[in-house]
Amino acid sequence: MADIAVESGRVAYKDAAARRARALRAFRFRNGSFHGLTLTAAVAVLVILGGVILSLIEGSLPAIRAFGFGFLYTSVWNPVTDQYGALAAIYGTLVTSAIAMFFAVPIGIGIGIFLSELCPEILRRPIGIAVELLAGIPSIIYGIWGLFVFAPFLQRHIQPALIAAFAKVPVLASLFAGPPYGIGMLTAGVILAIMVLPFVAAISRDVFATVPAVLKEAGRGIGCTTWEVVRHIVMPYARAGVVGGIMLGLGRALGETMAVTFVIGNADVIPHSLLAPGTTISAAIANEFTEAVGDLYTSALIELGLILFVITFFVLAIARFMLMRLERNVG
Amino acid sequence: MAVYTSRRRSNAIWLSLCYASAAFGLGWLVIILATLLWRGAGGLSLAVFTQMTPPPDQSGGLLNAIAGSLIMTGLGVAIGTPLGVFAGTYMAEYGRHTKLTFVVRFINDILLSAPSIVIGLFVYEVMVTRMGHFSGIAGAVALAVIVVPVVVRTTEDMLLLVPAPLREAASALGLPRSTVIRKVAYRAARAGLITGVLLAVARVSGETAPLLFTALNNQFFSTDLNAPMASLPAIIFQFAMSPYKAWQSLAWSGALIITFAVLALSIFARVLGSKGSSR
Repeated sequence: MADIAVESGRVAYKDAAARRARALRAFRFRNGSFHGLTLTAAVAVLVILGGVILSLIEGSLPAIRAFGFGFLYTSVWNPVTDQYGALAAIYGTLVTSAIAMFFAVPIGIGIGIFLSELCPEILRRPIGIAVELLAGIPSIIYGIWGLFVFAPFLQRHIQPALIAAFAKVPVLASLFAGPPYGIGMLTAGVILAIMVLPFVAAISRDVFATVPAVLKEAGRGIGCTTWEVVRHIVMPYARAGVVGGIMLGLGRALGETMAVTFVIGNADVIPHSLLAPGTTISAAIANEFTEAVGDLYTSALIELGLILFVITFFVLAIARFMLMRLERNVG
Repeated sequence: MAVYTSRRRSNAIWLSLCYASAAFGLGWLVIILATLLWRGAGGLSLAVFTQMTPPPDQSGGLLNAIAGSLIMTGLGVAIGTPLGVFAGTYMAEYGRHTKLTFVVRFINDILLSAPSIVIGLFVYEVMVTRMGHFSGIAGAVALAVIVVPVVVRTTEDMLLLVPAPLREAASALGLPRSTVIRKVAYRAARAGLITGVLLAVARVSGETAPLLFTALNNQFFSTDLNAPMASLPAIIFQFAMSPYKAWQSLAWSGALIITFAVLALSIFARVLGSKGSSR
C-alpha cells in the first residue's frame, strides 16, 4: 500500500515538475519575445530618423547633381528655365526666425519669471495651462488668424507708423521701406513669435523652478530685491536650461510651415525691406510641391526640405544637449 | 539712500515688465479664441456637419473633411501608439541605462520637434512615389510618424514614475519581467499613458503640412484609403486662401471646430494626467 502511495506521489511530483518547467519555458518565451518586441520598437525610432534623412537625400540627388553647392548661394528660382537656388528661401527662414526670437525670448523669459517667482500660488496652474494651450493651438489657426485679422491690422496701423518713424534713419529706412503690404517677412516673424512664445515660457518656468530655494533665500537674507534675486541668482543658475529652451523655440520657428505660408506672401526673391513679401523653405515646399511639374523642380524642393532638416537637426541637438546638461546637474 | 531708491525703482520696473509679458502672452490666447468664435460661430450650423464641401460660392458643409480627418487621425494614432508605447517601454524597463536608450531618447526628442513638413516629404518619397498616387493611407502614415515621438516620450516618463517597490513586489512573486510590465507597470501608469495618447491625438488632428502631399485633398466624400482624402486642415488651407466669401466663412467654421476639439482634448488630457500623478 505504502509503495503505491510513494509511487503515485513520485508521479505527481514528476508531473508537477514537468508542468513547472513548461510554465517557466512559457514565461521565458513570453518575456523574451516581449523584450524583443520593445527593443524592435526602440530601434524603429532610429530607423524612422535614418529613413527621413536617406529618403530626403535620395529625392534631392537630381538637384544636387544639377546645381552642386551653387544651390546654397544662388537666389534664382525659375521653374520655367529649370533654374533653382535656395538662397531666397534660406534667407527668409533665417530672417523670420530671427524676428520671432527677438520678440519671443524676452517676453517668454518674462512669463517664466512671472510664473515661477511672482505669480500667486492659486493662479500659477491655470495661467501655466493657458500658456501651454497657446502652444497647442494648431499652426493653421495662427495662419488663418494672421491672414485675416493680424495682417490687415499691421497694414493699417503699425506698418505706416514704422515706415514714417524710420524714414530718416540711415540703415533702418531701407529695412522698413514701404509700401505696407500687410503680409510679408515682419508679419510672419511676429506670428512665429506668438507661436514659439509658449515654448520659451514653459521651459524657462520649469528651469527656474529647479533653482534651490536655499539660494534664493540666501539672496533675500542679504537684502536683495526680488529682481536682484532673479537677475543675479536665478538667471545665472538656470542659464544653460534657458538657452536650451530658446534653441527649442528656434527649432520650432525654423520649421513652422502653415502659419508662415499664409502670411509670408510667397515671393521667390530676397526682399530688401522687412515689410515686403518673401518666402521661407517650408512655405516654398507647402506652396509649390503639389504643383511642381518636372523631376528637377520636385527634386529642388526636396533638397530645400533636406536643408531645413539639417539646420533644425543641429539647432534641436544643441537644445537637447543644453537641457540634458542641466538635468545632469540637478539629478 | 540714492542707491536704495534706484534699486527699488529698477525692481519695480523689471517686475512690472514681467507682469506685462504674462498679460501679453495670455492676451494672444484670448484674442485668437475671441476672433475664432466671432468669425466662426456665425457660419456654424447643422449643415456644416451633414453636407459636403461646396463648389465656389455655394453653401455646403465640411462633412467629407471631418470624416477624412477622423479616419486619418484614428488610423495614424492606431499605427503610431503601439510602436511608441513599446519603444517607451524598452527605454524605461528593459534598457534603462543602456547606450541605446540614451541615443533613442536623444533622437526621439529631435523627432518630437522636427518640422512636420519634412515628415510629409519623407512619406511622399517612401509611399506616394512608390504607389504612384496620393492616398489616405499615406496621410495616416505621415500622422503616425508624428504620433510616435509624442507617445514614446510620455510612455517613458510615466513608466519611470512607477515606484520601484511595485515592480520588486511582483518580481518577488516570481513573475517574469514581461508580466510585471504588463500587469503592474502599465496599470500603475495607465492614466499617464492615456494622457500621452490624447496629447498625440490633439497634436496630429491640427497637422496640415504633412497631409498636403500625402493625402492631398478631395472635394467629395471618400473612405477609400487608396485614394486622395479630404481633411479639415487641408480644406481650411484651400478655402481660406481662396477669394470666395462662402469658402472663407466655411474655413473659419472649420478652424473653430478644430481649435475647440484640440483644446478640449488637451485640457481633458491634463486633468486626467494630474489625477494620475496625484494618486
